Amino acid sequence: MRHITQAFAVSLTAALTAAAFVPAAAHAQAIKIGVVTFLSGPAASPFGVPAKNAAELMIESLNAGKVPAPYATKGFGGTPVEAVIIDEAGSSTTQVTEFRNLVQRSNVDVVIGYVSSGNCLAVAPVAEELKKLTNFFDCGTPRIFEDGSYKYVFRTSPTATMDNVGAALYIKDIKPNLKTIAGINQNYAWGQDSWADFEASIKQLFPGVTVKTSQMPKLFAGQYNTEISTLLGENADVIHSSFFDGDLEALLLQGAPRGLFKKSMGVLTTGETAMHKLAAQIPDGTLLGARGPFGPYAPKNALNSWFVKGFEAKNKVPPNYASYQMTQAILGVKAAWEKAQAANGGKRPSNEQVAAALENLTFEGPGGTVRMAIGKGHQAIMETAYGMTKTVGGKITVTNVKRYAAEKVNPPEGVKSADWIKAGFK
Amino acid sequence: MRDRTHIALAALLLAVAAGGPFLPKWALFLLTIAVAKGLVALGLMLLLRAGLVSFGQALYYCLGAYSAGSIGRFFGIGDIFVQMALGAAVAALFAWLLGFLLARYRGIFFGLLSLALSMILYGLLVKNEAFGSTDGINVLPSTLFGIRPGEGALRYVVALAATSVAVIAALLVHRYMHTPQGALAPAIKDNEVRVEYMGASAQRAIHVIYVIAAALAGTGGALAATAVGHIDPDMAYWTQSGEFIFITILAGTGSALAPFLGAVIFGIIHTVAYDLSPNTWQMTLGISLLVVIVFLPDGLWSLFARSAKARGAA
Repeated sequence: MRHITQAFAVSLTAALTAAAFVPAAAHAQAIKIGVVTFLSGPAASPFGVPAKNAAELMIESLNAGKVPAPYATKGFGGTPVEAVIIDEAGSSTTQVTEFRNLVQRSNVDVVIGYVSSGNCLAVAPVAEELKKLTNFFDCGTPRIFEDGSYKYVFRTSPTATMDNVGAALYIKDIKPNLKTIAGINQNYAWGQDSWADFEASIKQLFPGVTVKTSQMPKLFAGQYNTEISTLLGENADVIHSSFFDGDLEALLLQGAPRGLFKKSMGVLTTGETAMHKLAAQIPDGTLLGARGPFGPYAPKNALNSWFVKGFEAKNKVPPNYASYQMTQAILGVKAAWEKAQAANGGKRPSNEQVAAALENLTFEGPGGTVRMAIGKGHQAIMETAYGMTKTVGGKITVTNVKRYAAEKVNPPEGVKSADWIKAGFK
Repeated sequence: MRDRTHIALAALLLAVAAGGPFLPKWALFLLTIAVAKGLVALGLMLLLRAGLVSFGQALYYCLGAYSAGSIGRFFGIGDIFVQMALGAAVAALFAWLLGFLLARYRGIFFGLLSLALSMILYGLLVKNEAFGSTDGINVLPSTLFGIRPGEGALRYVVALAATSVAVIAALLVHRYMHTPQGALAPAIKDNEVRVEYMGASAQRAIHVIYVIAAALAGTGGALAATAVGHIDPDMAYWTQSGEFIFITILAGTGSALAPFLGAVIFGIIHTVAYDLSPNTWQMTLGISLLVVIVFLPDGLWSLFARSAKARGAA
């Protein structure tokens, strides 16, 4: 059986060596960005693919020097950028493995990615261990910078706390006599956290409010008729939901014929990703969130109109908030890179220099001003906006848009989101 | 043909010990994860020899991982070996209890019952906000006998610790397979009534195998937890169990070494597919499994066994 021993050893070595040589060492001087987002699974269609499309558009346009000011320099500070795109699907073990591969095998200069909060939490300590600049573009949990402290990890998108505080403030503005609320959220971290933040915020703003019911169906259950019956029976003033894509679609399709969001006002915190696809199912007067000043809430400026036009021309659909967040993440790193490069006498900056430049940075994205103001300068805050849907000629639009300043919907530096809400937003 | 599995295992350990420092860090990590999954597959292989397919081995993988994560979180213990021992013990305890129920079932009933149990754990963890629900929690950085290896050496130390445990586990399983009790497994697969008629208890033999398989899965889970640094309920999800079955089938049941070979090959196919075809990596995995099933029905290990036989005959 010596042969077996040898064969085993040889094949093991051969296989590992083969894997080592698979990624060809591309242009040594280009800046390599690892882009990680869902390309398969339920989160691909609402978040992953729109984000990937935005990344491709941005990298192509940046290299061509076509992005409007202040991002007109080619690539990052004149150096072209290229993307290594990886699927975010699979367990967090897979994601940590592939993050290590991106950094140590593909030798990327910076990683931009992650939709899932679980993956963000898993990757953050690894990024720190490998000393690799990593920018989370979409994941929502505030735990990342509240429970941990990082040098190389950033998030240029606001946390999910803002979405639910913003929704509560909007309700305060338009329904000062709110009596009852209800919720339907998926039973996993995103749904649980969203409901907890919303419920706590509403209780702060309306001390006498009654929570009629909080439905927590299984993630991707697909069938919500029982929950809809309960919600209809409870007849609350508003129904909060952080459902997204397939589940949101199912809820709207099953709820529409029964008049679910006609009886009670719907508060869909991530509804924007579905607004074009499901225009017919969303009744007028539904509160629609876009996780920040994105999509229909984006400001009118040169950068935004260029972005929307370019995205629509390339992908035949308007950019959704995930596209905005990805664009913002790339532009944030570009701004920091160029600041660090200027400070470094025009030479290519190190990861440490770029990280130092990104800390507490203020920069412009297509959604407006982004300030890396909390989480020791690693977590972005932005203003947020909410509006109500109105169908005009078969197309869905938002009306009665209200904007809330960043400080009003985000906790101050050093305060945990949950504590901040419980203390009456102080 | 003399059995040289012992020598092969010792050689493997030596190879990792000597070659480890020269391997790139990502490869060491890949190896560590492959060893963790290989440990689970080793247990599945034992079950498979008795004709049982567990669609829920992720239950014990996840239990091991959460045991390791918990002693880190609540007692500040990050020692790799303590975590693995605890993972094995907790998994074995649960398997011993559940074994009284499961050892009575065969075929699809055993498979689906094991699947249901793992999904119960998944459901419980998802509802548990103290452990971060689906987002999971971070695990303390690995230490070894109270020492925290430096950044440069950490991956090597973890990989070496993982390989040592795997080699010992494979050795014990190899020994076990050649005890009278262990040799019952294929007999149960072939004809259970006959085994009983001979005076052996099939149910007891399966119970023992089930506990061993769970302890191996618990060890693997604890190892994965400390290596990855993060645990979440997906570790108990049925797709995770499916991945372990994938590895076991890819490897075949020929030897205690096979599952580790399967896990390494699986890790490589997976990462190469991710790298080269980010949009269609699942297809690459699927096709490779189909190719193995069609051309090597006894798994990759049959390649070695065949060539050894051919040479033995010559």
